[in-house]
Amino acid sequence: MTQPQRKRSVLAADWRKDFPVLQQSVDGQPLVYLDTAASAQQPATVIETVARYHREDHANVHRGIHTLSHRATDAYEGARDKIREFINAANRTEIVLTSGTTESINLVAQSFCRPRIGPGDKILITHLEHHSNIVPWQLVSEQTGADLVVAPIDDRGQLELESLYALMTNDVFMLAIGHVSNALGTINPVKDIVARARRQGIPVLIDGAQGVPHMRIDVQNLDCDFYAFSGHKMFGPTGTGVLYGRESLLEEMPPYQGGGDMILEVSFDGTIYNDLPYKFEAGTPNISGVIGLGAAIDYLQSIGMQNIADYERELHDYMVSQLGEVDGIRFIGTATDKASVQSFLLDDIHSHDLGTILDHQGVAIRTGHHCAMPVMTRFGISGTSRASLALYNNSDDVDRLIDALFKAKQVFK
Amino acid sequence: MTLHSAETDDLRDLYRELILDHARSPRHFGRLDSATHTAQGINPLCGDKLSLYLRVDDERRISASSFEGSGCAISVASASLLTDTITGLSVDKAEAVFDAVTKRLTQGGAGNLTPIEEDLESPFSKLAALDGVREFPSRVKCATLAWHALHSALSYGTTPATTE
Repeated sequence: MTQPQRKRSVLAADWRKDFPVLQQSVDGQPLVYLDTAASAQQPATVIETVARYHREDHANVHRGIHTLSHRATDAYEGARDKIREFINAANRTEIVLTSGTTESINLVAQSFCRPRIGPGDKILITHLEHHSNIVPWQLVSEQTGADLVVAPIDDRGQLELESLYALMTNDVFMLAIGHVSNALGTINPVKDIVARARRQGIPVLIDGAQGVPHMRIDVQNLDCDFYAFSGHKMFGPTGTGVLYGRESLLEEMPPYQGGGDMILEVSFDGTIYNDLPYKFEAGTPNISGVIGLGAAIDYLQSIGMQNIADYERELHDYMVSQLGEVDGIRFIGTATDKASVQSFLLDDIHSHDLGTILDHQGVAIRTGHHCAMPVMTRFGISGTSRASLALYNNSDDVDRLIDALFKAKQVFK
Repeated sequence: MTLHSAETDDLRDLYRELILDHARSPRHFGRLDSATHTAQGINPLCGDKLSLYLRVDDERRISASSFEGSGCAISVASASLLTDTITGLSVDKAEAVFDAVTKRLTQGGAGNLTPIEEDLESPFSKLAALDGVREFPSRVKCATLAWHALHSALSYGTTPATTE
């Protein structure tokens, strides 16, 4: 067996040096981190912003009259403004801060859908979804008697658009769809899909967890009703997330959770809820995390999302072409339009074994079902190995991945 | 390609020839229609599932065993070695083996095989081939999955076991 020839001109951006965690060795070899789709690493600016906040500014937000509380509130609300601008929402009242994509989707399922649906209504999702865009809809379907309907995908891992459109019948109350598949990297044509749904009066939620880190998002241009994403997939802290919601819909929705901060006035006769977006933000939020997310957005903006997308596309193409030359590779997910992810099988080596062997060479990949068991079932497999890229990866990382795969072939030969 | 010898040794220790052999050609693979005890082993981390079948006779002896399912090399080899080892043992002896193997894999050398090994023929010594997982904490559950299923099957008759 021969290894694919390496690219002569190294494809590398100097953004890697901005990430302290990548400056280490694992098992005696420089770390190659190819698991960004699970969680992205944080640049030093994010780490330092969060640390500085804890050292200098921490207090609770929206409450105190004292200096630190003002600083904390300004930084926290400043991050909300950055998020609004980053995804081009019309108004900061449309930016609800959550613990992550999962909570954002559950909020919509429980607060938007649950009070309005019943037997005979349908919620439409697709076969590509992450469990977090399946289970919240199953729960609300069980609670209300509504039906969950699943649009199919083809053998390349692409949505069958005609089938999806055929399923958009008048009894569909809501469409929930991922922007980019975490397991396969498929980019869905969400703008076209939203346009089609809106013509039929079907509200659309986009799970953007894997979209936001890799491309410019403009929620007004997409014209979607809800867009959910996570901070830790876009180089920010864990435990932070965003629900963008169209203001007219958010206004009509009851609170998701009760507690402090989401009220204007409380008595035992009743409570007047706070204005948007605070109506949906009960309790003390993840202040430092959100401020860190703001720093992550500053970092991404300083590079430019188009530059990131262009670089990642070139690196992704290189990774796919190099992987494709390895004997015994079977790609899972070969959509025409893909972002930053390649899932694969190698010979008959179980992905768990492959993950261990790669880890022992300092190469971190994700193995298993990727929280997308229905996708695995669709391809008749229990899991895959998945390499996912970010702006801090380079062609050396890809070459190390290929080397490690050859090592695995030796172990299992 | 350069590889540090320590890494290669660790990997070779994990994927010993005996392990690879049992992973490629699992023994007693398939459903056992005459089973009196069954259990499922589920590893929620990777979604791997295997079913273990036991036939326990009137004298509380495991007269036959088999397994089916899919999994990584470690979990399949471990299940294969398990069926090789416990067939013919009394229920009490099989439980003692479960105890020794799980202790040995999860608590380093604490689970000493020797006391049981003395009155067993060679199949038992093969279980030491699983020792390589001790250097790979994330893989210990793969190696113990089938053993937990054995314990469940013997304790409760038919019930799912998980590694959690």
